[in-house]
Amino acid sequence: MTRAFSAALIVALALGVAFLALPVVALLVDVPPADLVRRLDDGASLDALRLSLQTTAIALAAIVAIGTPAAYLLATRRFPGRSAIETVLELPLVLPPAVAGIALLSAFGPQGLLGGALDGAGLEVALTTTGVVLAQAFVASPLYVRQAQAAFAALDPTVLEAARTLGASPAGAFVRVAVPLARPALLSGAALAWGRALGEFGATLIVAGSFRGVSQTAPLAIYELFGSDFDAALALSVVLLAVSVALLAAIKLARPAAA
Amino acid sequence: MTLRADLHAVAGELDVEVSISAEAGRPLALAGPSGAGKTTVLRAIAGLAPAAGRIECGGETWLDGETGLTPEARRCGVVFQDYALFPQLDALGNVAFGLRFLPRRERARRALAALERFGLGARAHSRPAQLSGGERQRVALARALAIEPRALLLDEPLSALDPTTRGGARRELAAVVREAPVPVLLVTHDFTEAALLADEVAVMDAGHIVQRGTPTALAAAPASAFVANLTGASVLRGMARRRADGLTVVALDGGGEVASTDSGDGAVAVSVFPWDVALEPAGAAGHGSARNRVPARVTTVTTLGNRVRVGLEAPQPLVAEVTGPGAGALHLEPGREVVAAWKATATRLLPG
Repeated sequence: MTRAFSAALIVALALGVAFLALPVVALLVDVPPADLVRRLDDGASLDALRLSLQTTAIALAAIVAIGTPAAYLLATRRFPGRSAIETVLELPLVLPPAVAGIALLSAFGPQGLLGGALDGAGLEVALTTTGVVLAQAFVASPLYVRQAQAAFAALDPTVLEAARTLGASPAGAFVRVAVPLARPALLSGAALAWGRALGEFGATLIVAGSFRGVSQTAPLAIYELFGSDFDAALALSVVLLAVSVALLAAIKLARPAAA
Repeated sequence: MTLRADLHAVAGELDVEVSISAEAGRPLALAGPSGAGKTTVLRAIAGLAPAAGRIECGGETWLDGETGLTPEARRCGVVFQDYALFPQLDALGNVAFGLRFLPRRERARRALAALERFGLGARAHSRPAQLSGGERQRVALARALAIEPRALLLDEPLSALDPTTRGGARRELAAVVREAPVPVLLVTHDFTEAALLADEVAVMDAGHIVQRGTPTALAAAPASAFVANLTGASVLRGMARRRADGLTVVALDGGGEVASTDSGDGAVAVSVFPWDVALEPAGAAGHGSARNRVPARVTTVTTLGNRVRVGLEAPQPLVAEVTGPGAGALHLEPGREVVAAWKATATRLLPG
């Protein structure tokens, strides 16, 4: 009985690993490394990669700058409406990206709720690079905020109190004690969020379209190349795969330090 | 320099209402069982727990009504129960944390001096996880004292230590709290610890102070059975030496000699529970098995239900507990000469 059960567990794991790993292996088999650079050497791929790096960097900076203090507040204070706020912050995790795109347009688009105000400030969202950043930040932020909140909630509150008795203001205790202690978790949360932003497709397409150099990020370029130049699409996919693996490795390396 | 606090605070279901005062050089201990509200008082004084009332220290008002200074403005040196060291900083970084107001070089110099005072100069670059319990406690003390605090607050400063480390740490701590140039308040559930560290003890029960006084006075004349039980053992000081028959003999400071089955050497504290001490008329021969027989004079007689607490001068303060009939038979009253007798097996030795 236990033998049969063990065998079933092993089969389930083997099936799962094969299903998840095979496509990745196939991707690598199809693109010999020597070919990689040559195939990428068309303007569209490189433009898309550059745009992806720029937009995700801005989106990630915004997520960290706003998400870190927001997560600290959620983790360290009890106030009415807190769980409602948590739900709102987690919504993008389950929202279909296409819905997120439409929602972003109806909030920040030219005819949207805040469209007029943003126009006045010279910020156009529809079909622009700004829209790309907005879509990425929207879908990726929960991944960072959740990690950050969990890390701050796990801190020993006495250590923060000790900082106060030693002359630190509440802000000083946050910057000098809470953030350094939570850093491994913050880094891995940022890596997760970055990975999610890098892969953003649906919301970006709806908010900003797919214009080379303006809104065509790497995933959108893969989709376009897929119709015309499958080899180039493969090559770009391999680059994104490499970035994903590197991110995952970074997360795994950051974790043990947190323990 | 004096710390005065009249405060009301709420800890969960418990209403805490106390009035205390401590002056530099005379450490005050809050003693009581866990859940009595001791830590809440300490936190309220440090500004870490909300409170109402009035707190003054060295001429400064820390709390007036409901409005008070922030913890960082009060600058209390606090040693937390688990020390609350910053795990990401080494010992030096921990001590330097509170010295932000100094230029960088001066900060490092002062932090190192504070560590060296506690014999931790060589451990300056070790992180808390690499330090032993005793070393962590000393880093916490160094960190609290380095900021030149206006008051020193210690929350169960010895309870996180293992028994072998505790004796030495207690000796060191007793010197530190008496030499501190500021008021010292310490919280402990262990009356013996309070007696060894503080000159004055306030006993707390259910959010209120039920009795206060010197440790000797509390043990000799407890106001209630609660205080009598908390005060536990009497503590005498002396010098120990080992004798050929395997017993340790302690020459008590101020005269007298007692034996113990515990081992010990040099300066020690002798502890004996009041209910282990029997009283006999002065000059009695003493044919029993009690090896320790010390002439004593009765100072106080306190009846607690069916038992009587008897404070003695032997010549160090000692407490005996006898039954009502026993006390009547001996005509116990202040000034009467008696002999206190107890067994060597009931005599505990602590590193003094």
